[in-house]
Amino acid sequence: MLRYTLLRILGAIPTLLLVIALAFLMVHAAPGGPFDDERVLPADIEANIQAHYHLDEPLPQQFLRYLSGLLRGDLGPSYRYHGRSVGSLIGEAFPYSLQLGAMAMALALVIGIGAGTAAALRQGTVFDKVVMGFAMTGISIPVFVIAPALVLLLAVKLQWLPAGWSGVTGMSRYVLPVTTLALPQIAYIARLTRASMMDVLSRDFIRTAYAQGLGTATVVRVHAMKPAMLPVLSYMGPAIAAILTGSVVVEQIFAIPGLGESFVRGALNRDYTLVLGIVVFYASLIVFLNLLVDILYGAIDPRVRYR
Amino acid sequence: MSGNRSIRITGSLLLTVAIVALVGPWASPYDYATTNLENILAAPSLRDMHLFGTDDLGRDLFVRTMLGIRVTLLVAIVASLVSLVIGVTYGALAGFVGGRVDAAMMRLVDTLYALPFIFFVILLMVAFERNFLLIFVAIGAINWLDMARIVRGQTLSLREREFVEAARLTGVSTLRIVFRHIAPNLVGIVVVYVTLTIPQAILVESFLSYLGLGVQEPQTSLGALVDAGVKHMEGAPWVLLVPASLLALTLLCFNFLGDGLRDLFDARHTS
Repeated sequence: MLRYTLLRILGAIPTLLLVIALAFLMVHAAPGGPFDDERVLPADIEANIQAHYHLDEPLPQQFLRYLSGLLRGDLGPSYRYHGRSVGSLIGEAFPYSLQLGAMAMALALVIGIGAGTAAALRQGTVFDKVVMGFAMTGISIPVFVIAPALVLLLAVKLQWLPAGWSGVTGMSRYVLPVTTLALPQIAYIARLTRASMMDVLSRDFIRTAYAQGLGTATVVRVHAMKPAMLPVLSYMGPAIAAILTGSVVVEQIFAIPGLGESFVRGALNRDYTLVLGIVVFYASLIVFLNLLVDILYGAIDPRVRYR
Repeated sequence: MSGNRSIRITGSLLLTVAIVALVGPWASPYDYATTNLENILAAPSLRDMHLFGTDDLGRDLFVRTMLGIRVTLLVAIVASLVSLVIGVTYGALAGFVGGRVDAAMMRLVDTLYALPFIFFVILLMVAFERNFLLIFVAIGAINWLDMARIVRGQTLSLREREFVEAARLTGVSTLRIVFRHIAPNLVGIVVVYVTLTIPQAILVESFLSYLGLGVQEPQTSLGALVDAGVKHMEGAPWVLLVPASLLALTLLCFNFLGDGLRDLFDARHTS
C-alpha cells in the first residue's frame, strides 16, 4: 500500500508540471501584452513596466521564476488590481466556491447514490424509468439553462427564494446555486450507481447472500454497496472538475464573489497573472483530489494496487 | 428497452430541427442582423410574422434562433470530427503498439481526464483572436479522450486477428496497418461515440457563448441566445425560454440517440 501510494504521488508531479507549463505557455504566447489595450505609453515607461514584471527576460527564465515563486506559494502580482497579489485575490474568492462545491457534491452523492440504488433494485418498473428519464434530462440540460429557469420560476414568479446574493444573508441564498450545481452530478451519479449496482447484484456472491436468508436491505448495505461504489469513486475526479466548471456559470448568475466569477472577470480584463494563477490553483486542487481518490481506491480495492 | 423506437423518434426530431433551421429563415421576411428599435422585446405573434417575438434590439428571434441552431450544430459536428481524428489516431496507435507505449499513452489519457480543460479553452479564447477555426479545434481537442479509450480497447482485440497478422507478415508498415486494416473495422463503434460526443461539444460551445467567449455578434448560437435571454427574462421570458428549450431538446435528442445506438451496436453495453 505504501509503495502504491508513493508511486501515485510521484506520478502526480509530472502531471502538475505539465499543466503549469501548458497554462504558462498559453498565457505568454498570447499576441499582445497585458498592457497593450490602454493608451500608448512612451517607450521608456513601457520598458520600465516590462522590467517591473520581468517580462523583458527570456521565456524559460520567466518560467523558472514563476515556478520558484509557486514553490514559495507566491502566484505573483495581479496585472489589473494594483498592489494586490494573485494569491490574496484567490484566497478571498475561494471560500465561496469551496462552500458551494462541497455542498453540491454532498447533495449529489446522497441523492445520486440513493436514487441509483433504488432504481437498480426496481429494474424495469415505472419508478426505474422515471428516475432514469430524470437522470437523462439532468445530464442533457446545461447549468446555464437550469439556473435561469429555476430563478425565473422560484425567485421571480413564486418569490420563494432570493434570485441572487447581493444584499442577501442566511442559508436561503445557498438553495438555488447549490441545487443547480448539483443537478447534473445527481444525474450522472444516479446512472452510474444504477448500472454498477445492477452489475454487482447479478454476481454469485450476492446470490449466496440471498441464499443465506439475508434481507434485501442487508444484502445491499453489507455486500453490494462497497463493490458497486468503485465506479462512482473513480468518477469523483471528473465530477470535481465538472463542479468547478459549473461553478463558473452559477457564480455569474447568482452574483457570488467566488473563484469562477473572478476567473471570468480576469479573463475578460486580460488579467493574465490572475487567470494563470486560478488555472494553476484549480489544476493543483484537482490533481491533489485525484491523488486522494486514487489512494482511496487502492485502499478499498486491493486488486488495483498490484496492476 | 425499445431502442429502435427511441432511435427513430429522436433521429427524426433532430432531422426536423435541422431542416427547419436550414429552411426556416428563408420563409421569414426578416433577417438575423437587421435591428428595429421601435419593436424591441415584442411578444411572439403571427400577425407581424415574429413567430418567437423580437430581442432587445428588435431583431426577429425566430430567424436568430434558427441561425443559432445552425451555428451550434455546425460547431458541434465539426468539433466532434476533430476529436474523432485525434481520438481514433491516438487510441488505434496505443492499442496497436501495445505494451509499455500503450500503458504510458493510456496513463496520459487518465491524467487528462481529470483536468479542467474548459479553463484552458477560456484562456485560449481570451488570449487569441476568436474565429471559428479556433473554436472547432479547442472544443475538439477536449472531447477526444472517450474516443481514444473506446478505440484502443477495440484495437487491442482487433490486432490479434488473422488478417492483421497477415498484413504484418507481408511487411505492411504499422501506420498503414492502423489506417487501412484496423480503422475500417472501428467504424461502427466510432459512429456511436461520435453521436455521444456531439452533445458534449454542444455543451462546451454553448457554455463559451454563454460567457460571451464564443461566436461574435451579430452571429449567434443557442448559448449566446440563452445568455441574451437571461438579461430580459423578467419582462420577456420567451427571449430565454425559446432558445433554452430548443438547446435542451437538441441535447436530449442527441443523448438518447447515442444511447440507443450504443445499445444496438456495442455488445458490451447490452444488458
